[in-house]
Amino acid sequence: MSIPAELRYTAEHEWVSIAGETATIGITDYAAQALGDVVYVSLPTVGAAVTAGDPCGEVESYKSVSELYCPVDGEVTEINEELDDDPGLINAEPYGLGWMFRVRLTSSGADTAGLLSPAEYEALAKGTELSARYLLAELTCGTYLRRRRQTR
Amino acid sequence: MEPRDTPLRAVHERLGATMTEFAGWLMPLRYGSETAEHHAVRNDAALFDLSHMGEITVTGPAAGEALDHAVCGWPSSLAVGRAGYTMLCAPDGGVLDDLIIYRQAATSFLVVANAANAAVVLAELRERCDGAEVTDLSASVGLISIQGPNAPGLLSSVTDLELAGMRYYTGAYGTVAGRSAWVARTGYTGEDGFEIFCAADDCERIWDALSASGSGTSGSGTGPLAAAGLSVRDTLRLEAGMPLYGSELGPDVTPYEAGLGRVVRLDKPGEFVGRAALAERAAAGPLRTLVGLLVPSRRVPRHGYPVVSGAGPTGAGDVVGVVTSGGPSPSIGTPIAMAYVTAGAAAGPLLIDIRGRAEPASVTELPFYDRRKRR
Repeated sequence: MSIPAELRYTAEHEWVSIAGETATIGITDYAAQALGDVVYVSLPTVGAAVTAGDPCGEVESYKSVSELYCPVDGEVTEINEELDDDPGLINAEPYGLGWMFRVRLTSSGADTAGLLSPAEYEALAKGTELSARYLLAELTCGTYLRRRRQTR
Repeated sequence: MEPRDTPLRAVHERLGATMTEFAGWLMPLRYGSETAEHHAVRNDAALFDLSHMGEITVTGPAAGEALDHAVCGWPSSLAVGRAGYTMLCAPDGGVLDDLIIYRQAATSFLVVANAANAAVVLAELRERCDGAEVTDLSASVGLISIQGPNAPGLLSSVTDLELAGMRYYTGAYGTVAGRSAWVARTGYTGEDGFEIFCAADDCERIWDALSASGSGTSGSGTGPLAAAGLSVRDTLRLEAGMPLYGSELGPDVTPYEAGLGRVVRLDKPGEFVGRAALAERAAAGPLRTLVGLLVPSRRVPRHGYPVVSGAGPTGAGDVVGVVTSGGPSPSIGTPIAMAYVTAGAAAGPLLIDIRGRAEPASVTELPFYDRRKRR
């Protein structure tokens, strides 16, 4: 499980890379492995206003579908259009070519307060039942989305 | 309750499988990329651990007649060495499980049940099979399947059986990797392939021998044979239009709704459990039909999603059915689904309500994938 030190994370397994007033967002290696091969991802539209903690897309794998949560407040400036043709990039390079979208931050700095450090995310990923929850979901995918909403 | 381990648990761990609990067993869900596993079965071959399946023998001079009474098929009409796909029905015609029955000898049948239903099937067979001995072998028998166009060549390198003469839906006793096994040309993937029933203690040796056969000249020649998990077992059988118990089949469904009326042998002599109800349903015609749906949208239809009638350009109409199985289809390219829809609805335009947004779906003939048309 790779957790790059220079990134910030969410409890819903997104990563955030902040450079100036722009945040780049994707899902973690842990999430990609737990979901299995991603077959489709729906992303927010460019220009959309997004709010930290709100769902802004969906990630579909063979056996599950889960929501993508926006980790920061701001406006979507770019989405990774390569993922439309090759969603497998998310599995192959979750922190690289598998990035999902970019957001111009409303107020730089303030948004990142609720994000997790690499150490915090690692503890969360290792120490919770999330793995079992993902896997159970894969064979009962119809109920997955609802359950994940409830557990937030 | 802790899930049961298959005899191949150590092998799956060695291969780094993602495991999941399924029907009370800890099973490999996938080993790596599902897309790669799926294509390995379609284009080369791959190994499956199916040791969770239930194996029950029905033996004795009256075994054939006893099974004729117990299931809706006609097992006593099978020649020795032949297999039959059949169903165990409740008195009201509902499906309790779908089964493959092999006639291993004149007075000996092997019944293979779904893991989730193995206990029910065992209890029902004990209840229904008067005068025959019913034995549960599930704990001592392992099941390894090799599926894919290269399966015959790979398996031949490690068995004494003459596979070229073995027809689809037949089986024979032989050795694999030097160990005794019942080898059958059956599967659940829509590809050519074999299922190898062996002693639980021999599973690892047989698996390793088959795995190593993949580095020979008959296979892809690129290394050990791929292993495939339950995740792609599901996409493969869905593409092949094969029903899954709990999705297309269940106690509230008769074989006729599932488009499998041919498995009900109303022409066989004697009474059998469910005959009256099934004869009535056969005469009346099904109330709903199982259809195949192609979904050009990339969003994936899943089990339980509503199917609605397309009410023209303005949007969705009434709910006319429900998706029983759905998933991405690596062989077709767009998501596919099977669904029960009310009789008549299959003719009109249909939509699937995918989490609140109606996506167009077009009815297509099952199976989605047919290997005979491909080559």
